[in-house]
Amino acid sequence: MSGPAEPLSVRLGLIRRAFCLRVDEAIPLAGITAVFGPSGSGKTTLLRAIAGLERPDEGKIALGSTVWFDSAAKTDMKPYRRGAGYMFQGARLFEHLDVRGNLAFAEKRSQGENDVIRFDDVVEATGLSALLDRSIDGLSGGERQRVALARTLLARPRLLLLDEPLTGLDRTSRREILPYLRDVPARFGLPALYVSHDIEEVSALADRVLVLSDGDVVAHGEIGDVIASLDLAPLMADGHTGSVIEARVTGHDAARGVTRLRLGEHALSLPLDTRLSNGQPVRLFVNASDVALATVRPEGISIRNILPARVSAIIAGDGATPVDVLVEADAATIRARITRAAAEDLGLVEGQAVFALVKTMSFAD
Amino acid sequence: MPDLGPVLLSLQLAAVTTLILFLLALPLAWWLAQTRSRLKPLVEALTALPLVLPPTVIGFYLLIALNPEAPIGGFWISLTGETLTFSFAGLVIGSILYSLPFMVQPMQSAFEAVGRGPLEAAAMLRASPLDTFFNVVLPQSVRGLVTGGVLTFAHTIGEFGVVLMIGGNIPDRTRVVSIAVFEHVENQRYEDAHLLAAGLVVFALVTLICVYAINRSWRVRTG
Repeated sequence: MSGPAEPLSVRLGLIRRAFCLRVDEAIPLAGITAVFGPSGSGKTTLLRAIAGLERPDEGKIALGSTVWFDSAAKTDMKPYRRGAGYMFQGARLFEHLDVRGNLAFAEKRSQGENDVIRFDDVVEATGLSALLDRSIDGLSGGERQRVALARTLLARPRLLLLDEPLTGLDRTSRREILPYLRDVPARFGLPALYVSHDIEEVSALADRVLVLSDGDVVAHGEIGDVIASLDLAPLMADGHTGSVIEARVTGHDAARGVTRLRLGEHALSLPLDTRLSNGQPVRLFVNASDVALATVRPEGISIRNILPARVSAIIAGDGATPVDVLVEADAATIRARITRAAAEDLGLVEGQAVFALVKTMSFAD
Repeated sequence: MPDLGPVLLSLQLAAVTTLILFLLALPLAWWLAQTRSRLKPLVEALTALPLVLPPTVIGFYLLIALNPEAPIGGFWISLTGETLTFSFAGLVIGSILYSLPFMVQPMQSAFEAVGRGPLEAAAMLRASPLDTFFNVVLPQSVRGLVTGGVLTFAHTIGEFGVVLMIGGNIPDRTRVVSIAVFEHVENQRYEDAHLLAAGLVVFALVTLICVYAINRSWRVRTG
């Protein structure tokens, strides 16, 4: 539905006290692009500037041929005229209206825009049919975010801006809302920018990622490429880094408690997760510290996921810092973080055949 | 049968004052709640001035401003053929100034309590600022609006000094309840004074109970 039509071009400089955001990117408007980075890296500020809620000091923001902001031409389109749909972290529902009232508020003001988006379809797609007459007071955190998503869709925006919609929710609510965030924008053909500081969330949802660090763009591209090529450790709160692999679900084995997947020619298994349906493609985040390397296939070992691979790059820092080894297994690039001693003892060189032992993989939830 | 003229006049004055002041205070309170202007403290202080000034001071300046020789008073005569001093219209102007903080302050607090969140959310749903004000801000500020209205109404019923200074004591034109009580006492007609005074006490008490009850039930409902 959504071809790679008009891009969102963002060139801006924005200074707030000691913080400086500098972005100059053309973001293709198809699928979900994650804006990823640690807290304070400028993700939300970037989203707010695109929406018009924050005024850049200089630059130009345009959606296709529509100029939203241009400091040189003194153009600054009012936020309510831009047609950007913004889903806020705290839902920001109108407490004086019930669920239906919140949705109707948006619907009434977007008549004559994108008529592919119909009220009943949105209500059905977000699973809100039974909640329409409820007051906002009584909704759970997950329900609130579903109402916020539906309300944003019913504003019939040209672009969805999703600002950490899962942050602050408990695990159950996150599991509840994640599939909606993944599937609903595509269903209505809407491109989305998705702000998150959670790499598993980003891996599960996004097609592309734009990585921000301290107000600067440090990477922008297809999610697998970016995550494989970039050392994420400095960007993540817990210092972890890793890679994303794409696999396909091939079945569940409830008796043995595993879900089977296929990566190229190789079988993988995950702890049983019945939310995944057969044949569904999933992206999994593999923590680099959870990957071990072996030069011969190990026998008698509890690790289930052993992939033949080839070393494609060895990234060594100085002194005692760990060594990151990138290995290619079928179409996937996996990052393994091992000690310098291990790397030397194995005598790893580029092009060498190895086995990657993946202890755990997580499907973001 | 006691003379009901002062009671009716008081109710009429309070109703007209509340209505006009409501419309004037809406934009003023909204500006105060939103502005980052350096003039804000000055405007806030001016708005609160009637709380601290003796009514005689306000009455004195109003008398000077509204008398037929002054520009405002003279303009009013050329417009209506009547004086502003010692008239119902003059009382309304005096009451509006005197009750200004009672309307503006609850409104301003209510507007500030709405915060930026709902405003930005409305803008992202294609609502213009005016649309947002009427369909998001006002409905979420109902408590403050009702409180401001009720307090203004009651406070206007209870005013004495300003009314006496600029209105005097003309039956059916400027002789409101508080003035009538004063006059009855001066003439030692204590029975009539009792009737009106007790009536005012009951009215004030019922009004305030309503304000507190309304505030409470709203608080419960909005969690």
